[in-house]
Amino acid sequence: MTDITLIDAVNMGLATEMATDPSIVVLGEDVGVNGGVFRATAGLQKRFGQHRVVDTPLSETLIAGMSIGMAAEGLKPVAEIQFMGFIYSVIEQILNHATRLRNRTRGRLSCPMVLRAPFGGGIHAPEHHSESTEALFAHIPGLRLVIPSSPSRAYGLLLASIRDPDPVIFLEPKRVYRLIKQDVQDNGEALPLDVCFVLREGTDITLVSWGAMIHETLLAAELLAKSGVIAEVIDVATLKPLDIDTILESVSKTGRCVIIHEAARTCGIGAEIAAQIAEKGLLNLLAPLERVTGYDTIMPLFKLENHYLPDVDRIVAAANRTLES
Amino acid sequence: MASQAIDIKNKKDSQSVARSPDMVANFEINFYQYLNAEGKIVAPIPVVIQDPEKLQHFYKAITQTRMFDKKAVSLQRRGQLGTYASCLGQEAIGVAVGSAMQKQDVLLPAYREYGAQFLRGVTMAEILLYWGGNEVGMNFQQARKDFPICVPIASQVPHAVGVAFAMKLRGEKRVAVCVLGDGATSKGDFYEAINAAGTWSLPVIFIVNNNGWAISQPRHQQSRATTLAQKAIAAGFAGEQVDGNDVLALYDRITQALNKARDGGGPTLIEALTYRLCDHTTADDATRYRSDDELKLQWNNEPLRRLQNYLIDRGYWSEQDQTRMLDECRERIENAVGEYLSTPSQGAGSMFDYLYHSLPESLQEQRRDAIKGSHKHD
Repeated sequence: MTDITLIDAVNMGLATEMATDPSIVVLGEDVGVNGGVFRATAGLQKRFGQHRVVDTPLSETLIAGMSIGMAAEGLKPVAEIQFMGFIYSVIEQILNHATRLRNRTRGRLSCPMVLRAPFGGGIHAPEHHSESTEALFAHIPGLRLVIPSSPSRAYGLLLASIRDPDPVIFLEPKRVYRLIKQDVQDNGEALPLDVCFVLREGTDITLVSWGAMIHETLLAAELLAKSGVIAEVIDVATLKPLDIDTILESVSKTGRCVIIHEAARTCGIGAEIAAQIAEKGLLNLLAPLERVTGYDTIMPLFKLENHYLPDVDRIVAAANRTLES
Repeated sequence: MASQAIDIKNKKDSQSVARSPDMVANFEINFYQYLNAEGKIVAPIPVVIQDPEKLQHFYKAITQTRMFDKKAVSLQRRGQLGTYASCLGQEAIGVAVGSAMQKQDVLLPAYREYGAQFLRGVTMAEILLYWGGNEVGMNFQQARKDFPICVPIASQVPHAVGVAFAMKLRGEKRVAVCVLGDGATSKGDFYEAINAAGTWSLPVIFIVNNNGWAISQPRHQQSRATTLAQKAIAAGFAGEQVDGNDVLALYDRITQALNKARDGGGPTLIEALTYRLCDHTTADDATRYRSDDELKLQWNNEPLRRLQNYLIDRGYWSEQDQTRMLDECRERIENAVGEYLSTPSQGAGSMFDYLYHSLPESLQEQRRDAIKGSHKHD
């Protein structure tokens, strides 16, 4: 009953699920002997053997592609891509095969696999290690895109992702890996996919976010509370398929909305949420909605990363503009 | 590997005078041919492929595949089929693969392996349905674990590694058989996959259908390597060349590679040297980039005539056999075409029905919209 970090929760979820489901195979670069560069798979190879916790050659396309073959053959691969910056060659396998296999064989074969990757900025990592490019995956039909923001949601959503019969991209906000601790029960209980989580109920404004930005958003909500504004905070968690109903319901109550994400603005997932609010909830809006996002620039090297990442001040300022109009 | 490097170093240290470098590795690539282009046996052949029934089986299967292929092209020309990738001239590879594989093995094809697929129980109607634009074609009623046709070049090769990994993990006596083209051996997917297959000594074999052309690019534009088979050497396992128009050599070499893989001996790469007597697909016109003379010359090497000559020479095939076979093939093809043409379209809702195991709530509205508007397109 000790408090654990998000990375511990990932590790605990993997171990629990592997112990109950012998078809699960963890694979990736440095996941075995080394236990993963962030320690997500620490101790798993020792416990489950090198055939179920597999150090692969340095081959991202292989990792994704062989996961598809394993999944079609009845295994449940849980693959790790070491950093989001190295995931792009994998997109072909996800787009052309993992998400299509069920459809193009009319259900004869399917692809239950999980691809985990750490993503996002804020830890002063080298170039190519800090991007938030989740929107690339949100555009792919047939995929689930899941982003936990806390240890308990990492545990519950990871279990759900592993148990899901379709391919899941599971992106872990690495700035949160060791940022907070929570008491997470190792009870094998999954959280639901395809739903948003309302983290804080409010009446005056809806703040929608996911991943590491949830923490800035919660801090912003606290600051707003000091000035008498009661903000509702929604953690989208499963970005695809998107549970717009929870967001619409909140917006119909508050009439105001700010969407916060770390990723670049243009065609970010915030744009999709904004479009759906415009389609289905426009008349409930009392003010134009706002987006607080990363800029449409290259993610800078770490000297400038705090200039790029949305912070509490930007969120509060956007909320206040929305409240004033 | 580390200890080997140290040994070499010590050896060198023990030499006080300058000398040539030590050879640390040496490889060779063999070429196998049993039946030459004239239909003469040019090497000792194993007993199993001296069996007349086996030989007749090869001949019938190649003929059936070629007749199907011709029919498919003609359906496309008449507007009754979408773009189709012909296997003309390359039928022996598919037939050898399909004949050598066991039922429990898994085939991961590219898109010219109809000969193999038919022998594994995929129907001609299913292949036509696929190229006719209907997903049901890849829902094979037999060969349930075989992979569907793969269009993005070399992208199926990593899948074969995963399939073989699963087989090995479970200790099964099964083999994954991946067929790819010469162009595919230039792709990263291929290199990443064979490298891992070698590393883990997986039960998988790679058959390279080297038909000389990747659309308009001839083999020599793909790689300076003398053979494509030698790419296996870098991945740590054996590669060899086989006459891809000689079904006997193909069958024997593939069978041996399968046995080796099944017995834990790891992967093999077989480069089957053949020739694409057809256009790349029905959407291509090969006269733009290759000479009639070359094509004409290559017709002398094709796989069917040589086998027919051999069968007739041995007294294993008569004119009546030929007539009966052609009638049977035609009938099967006509039945398949009939089945294909009478299979209804699936309806707009089916776009959503196999997207996920169960359709998320957020997509129900789109599904209803698609069905509502679908009458316009039926």
